[in-house]
Amino acid sequence: MYLHKELETLTRAEIEKLQLERLQKTVKHCMNSAFYRKRFEENGLTPDDIQSLDDLQKIPFTTKQDLRDNYPFGIASVPLEKAVRLHSSSGTTGNPTVIIHTQKDLDEWANAVARCLHMVGLRPGDVFQNSSGYGMFTGGLGFQYGAERLGMLTVPAAAGNTKRQLKFIMDFGTTALHAIPSYVTRMYEVMQEMGIDPRRDTKLKTLVIGAEPHSEEQRRRIEEMMGVKAYNSFGMSEMCGPGVAFECQEQNGLHIWEDYYIVEIIDPDTLQPVPEGEVGELVLTTINREGMPLLRYRTRDLTRILPGECPCGRHHKRLDRMKGRSDDMIILKGVNIFPIQIETVLMQFKELSSNYLITLETKDSNDEMMIEVELEKLFTDDYGRLQVLTKNITRVLRDEILVTPYVKLVPKGSLPQSEGKAVRVKDLRKPF
Amino acid sequence: MTVQQLSIFIENKSGTLLKVLQLLKEANIQLVASTIADTVEYGIYRIICSEPSRAYTTLKEAGISVALSDVFALTLDNVPGRAADTIRILTEEGIGITYMYSFLLSGKGILIFRTDNPERTREVIILNDLSFITDKDLSLKA
Repeated sequence: MYLHKELETLTRAEIEKLQLERLQKTVKHCMNSAFYRKRFEENGLTPDDIQSLDDLQKIPFTTKQDLRDNYPFGIASVPLEKAVRLHSSSGTTGNPTVIIHTQKDLDEWANAVARCLHMVGLRPGDVFQNSSGYGMFTGGLGFQYGAERLGMLTVPAAAGNTKRQLKFIMDFGTTALHAIPSYVTRMYEVMQEMGIDPRRDTKLKTLVIGAEPHSEEQRRRIEEMMGVKAYNSFGMSEMCGPGVAFECQEQNGLHIWEDYYIVEIIDPDTLQPVPEGEVGELVLTTINREGMPLLRYRTRDLTRILPGECPCGRHHKRLDRMKGRSDDMIILKGVNIFPIQIETVLMQFKELSSNYLITLETKDSNDEMMIEVELEKLFTDDYGRLQVLTKNITRVLRDEILVTPYVKLVPKGSLPQSEGKAVRVKDLRKPF
Repeated sequence: MTVQQLSIFIENKSGTLLKVLQLLKEANIQLVASTIADTVEYGIYRIICSEPSRAYTTLKEAGISVALSDVFALTLDNVPGRAADTIRILTEEGIGITYMYSFLLSGKGILIFRTDNPERTREVIILNDLSFITDKDLSLKA
């Protein structure tokens, strides 16, 4: 049931004891980093100031901007000759963020991913196909090494070329697939076009989905379409990549591996911890990494810690599914809206496909939201029924997001369909 | 009594109508009648054509949102007032017309319509001995 029984079943007291040991070791090690040495000096801190887990709060946050400002190697805590791998973000908005790894980091990363995959029931003998982009994107090599570590036959199919992906799934008897949720939907569409029934024609039983915030409704839809169990995966390149937090078979929250990370949830405005169980920004400290440890890294992802014990026997805290990112939040007419709220509503309507696009625009000096959503198929040729559907969607959305969007039904296939992360929000508003 | 009609969901965007017509042209399918209503956002383009099944497959394979369904097709003599007489029969039976359009086929008026109660409509057409066409009449023409 457990891959790393001892670590996975630590009690809370044991977790905290291990965390303090590893935190103290990490902080000492960070003094090899030019960036952290300076940070500590500026704040009059030394590693000896960290005597308890609460003392973590004395350390200033590390931000994505810090990573950019110290591009590429300024934060690293080891000399370059000890590092064996580099990953970086795409850097579409400024300098990319770079993380370097030692051999030990890669081993521990593979262990974490293997632990996640084992947790959802995958075993040697399974065939694991990874449709992540390889290269700099961590979802490729991250899952590759983790799946190999667990002992599965691992197919580095990489991103795109859906027909080829499907051929692999059928020819190699793929039992487990990792994909971003919007891509699973795309695959299913191609399956339908090709007359492939995933239940009849494939051996798929497990899907690992992540890298894109998605709703519970979308997960259920994917499970129903593909006839599989789909598990939510959370990771980010700054924290190695995949393997940070993962759902267990309870499918109720993602266990974050607290032997690797210390978790805090803060209010992104006041930067103070939020009360237990409330939503805030996830802040992570790596305590099992030597190449480039990050202290109190502000992830920008919004989530909360689920209260209570998990029946699976693991005491590692559970994160709720991501509510979006603090920088994804749409502010419209003074109301805070997350795209995931809109998606959750749209997925409740069986008539709609899972492809949608939110456009914010200024009309007559008024900011408005337009939501285009694809009709799954033309279920009627009656205008009246299409209008009723549009009205119903609008009403449920207004109840959820408190502003009235302009909902537009569009034919299937008319919205941009990307094989990478789907672009869901276009902001065309005119700034004042 | 009924003929097959294609319903195509199209965006109100330049070029979408042409795309559909071009596909039918390339497949050598002849339009018998077609109608489209003007709405702000989207349109439903309804087509009666020579080979509806093949037209349906052609459009579907090209990724067009299309549905194939049966609509009533009655023949009207070329005399003023025939449409009124026919609709009166249906209306008096409490049948509502969802939409309707008409065209000429071999010199006779054809009335295409959908109702809110297809079973009853069928009965009424038979009981009143109204004349109609079937898919066969369309393919003969083509």
